[in-house]
Amino acid sequence: MKRPGPALLLHLLLVAGAVVTLIPLAWMVSASLMPAGEANTFPPRLLPSAPTLGHYGELFTRLDLGRAFGSSLLVAAATTLVSLLLNSMAGYAFAKLRFRGRDRLFSTLLAAMMIPAPVAMLPLFLILRSLGLVNSYAGVVLPAGATILGIFLIHQFARGLPDDLISAARLEGAGELQVYWRIVLPLLRPVLTTLGIITFLATWNDFIWPLIVLTDERRYTLPVALASLVGEHAQDTELMMAGSVLTVLPVLFLFLGLQRQYIAGITLGGVKE
Amino acid sequence: MLPDRGARSVPAEARAALLLLGPGLAVITFFFLIPIAASLLLSFTDFDIYALGSFRNVRLVGLANYARLVQDPLFWISLRNTFYFVLVGGPLTLGVALAAALLLHARLTRWKGFFRTVYFAPYVTTLVAVAIVFRYLYHPKFGLLNRGLGILGIPAIDWLGDPRWAMPAIILLSVWKNFGYAMILFIAGLQSIPESLYEAARMDGAGPWTVFRKITLPMLAPTFLFLGVMTTIGYFQFFAEPYVMTGGGGPLNATLSTGLLMYKQGFRWWSMGYAASISFVLFLIILAFTMVQFRIERRRNA
Repeated sequence: MKRPGPALLLHLLLVAGAVVTLIPLAWMVSASLMPAGEANTFPPRLLPSAPTLGHYGELFTRLDLGRAFGSSLLVAAATTLVSLLLNSMAGYAFAKLRFRGRDRLFSTLLAAMMIPAPVAMLPLFLILRSLGLVNSYAGVVLPAGATILGIFLIHQFARGLPDDLISAARLEGAGELQVYWRIVLPLLRPVLTTLGIITFLATWNDFIWPLIVLTDERRYTLPVALASLVGEHAQDTELMMAGSVLTVLPVLFLFLGLQRQYIAGITLGGVKE
Repeated sequence: MLPDRGARSVPAEARAALLLLGPGLAVITFFFLIPIAASLLLSFTDFDIYALGSFRNVRLVGLANYARLVQDPLFWISLRNTFYFVLVGGPLTLGVALAAALLLHARLTRWKGFFRTVYFAPYVTTLVAVAIVFRYLYHPKFGLLNRGLGILGIPAIDWLGDPRWAMPAIILLSVWKNFGYAMILFIAGLQSIPESLYEAARMDGAGPWTVFRKITLPMLAPTFLFLGVMTTIGYFQFFAEPYVMTGGGGPLNATLSTGLLMYKQGFRWWSMGYAASISFVLFLIILAFTMVQFRIERRRNA
């Protein structure tokens, strides 16, 4: 390196930023392994004196957080699958099929994307109630079964697919739905991965909607269970940290594994024309 | 704007489109668009816990909910808190994100992928879980934050217990959690600025600060607009942070957000008509902010 001065300063700043960013997550993991009471000492400890997995054991036995983990997994996986199917169907239709009013319909949808979701929540709750879907997983999954952002992402990608492939399949006698299922869907795989991980993470992390719809604690997803747990166990810092680790770690690992696709999705969603 | 290719309809494709669009559009219409319209209607009614028992107990009350709203001190407090959060938290988030993006984009920077991953990681975490983590980091006696400040000689702050500090504490959490998202888009924006622009400026003898002000910032304007709109929309709805960290809006309502007030009125006290009027006013405010940002951008381009 020719100019060690600026490069050194630059990297000192970057490392300092990384340390500040990681401290909350690192402390969360460390405190979750401390013996009970050790996170509430002065001066605060950074590392456990004798690491223990006891709090995790308690989460799964006495507090039954394994059930909430299962609920979260079920809701996130179901929402991801349903929305991938519905969004890819709609996104492809908007991108490649020719029908009257298509572009007007599409731009109307995009304008509606600006409407904040909480505005819809009160009537949505009443609708689900009249359908008997309150306190059911379907009540959490269905309203997220298709999203404007998802349709938009698929549309952006599907627009670039070669028309020849589609018309060749039609010439060979494939029906329109077969074209979608056999030809288009496999070609959409990169954007499906991207949208899949975005949807999974967003659903896993969501709080307000499952909080409203799921009234029975036995159906709580992890964030709802955690928020309710902190009411009774606020003093049990180490236990709460174990619960937080259980909630955060799966999505953090998922992100680390599929980082490239996830960030591609963020960038694609952010560069709208 | 592309020419409307959809105008030339092909019958077989139109039929297929109906099948393919049907389910997705049904979900969006039934669970999003209709509820939004219904929300406006709901705000003109006295829908409450009795109406929940039987819809026959619902009466139209005109603008009574809105009249109640302007006289409700809690609503004004929540609005003040929400504006505080948006107007301080939003720019702070984007500022930190831009700084991080510039550091990561610099030519001398090494291990870019590593730093990018670290800075982005908080964004994918679960808000409820990290809000609980921060609750303990903010503990006046045992928390790491006060310990760090203590080493620097700054006396302990009761972050979540003092009405003056509770909102800054929540903003700090939000900046930490969200700056990575904006950073990614800023990096994409920086990468799209042609190198020739920088070279031309340097040939004209412009210093780094001038280059930043005259080239980098203007070229990032579309990114700023997008992030400004998205951050405004997102931050106006903040809810989980006070729900989890300050026992639902404390201390002394210092962190009661309009979203939280709506939740409490609608889903805790079941005053759904009143809650709908709150949500609609919040929606109009968000809409106004979005329009203003688009207007500013258009005027800058004109």
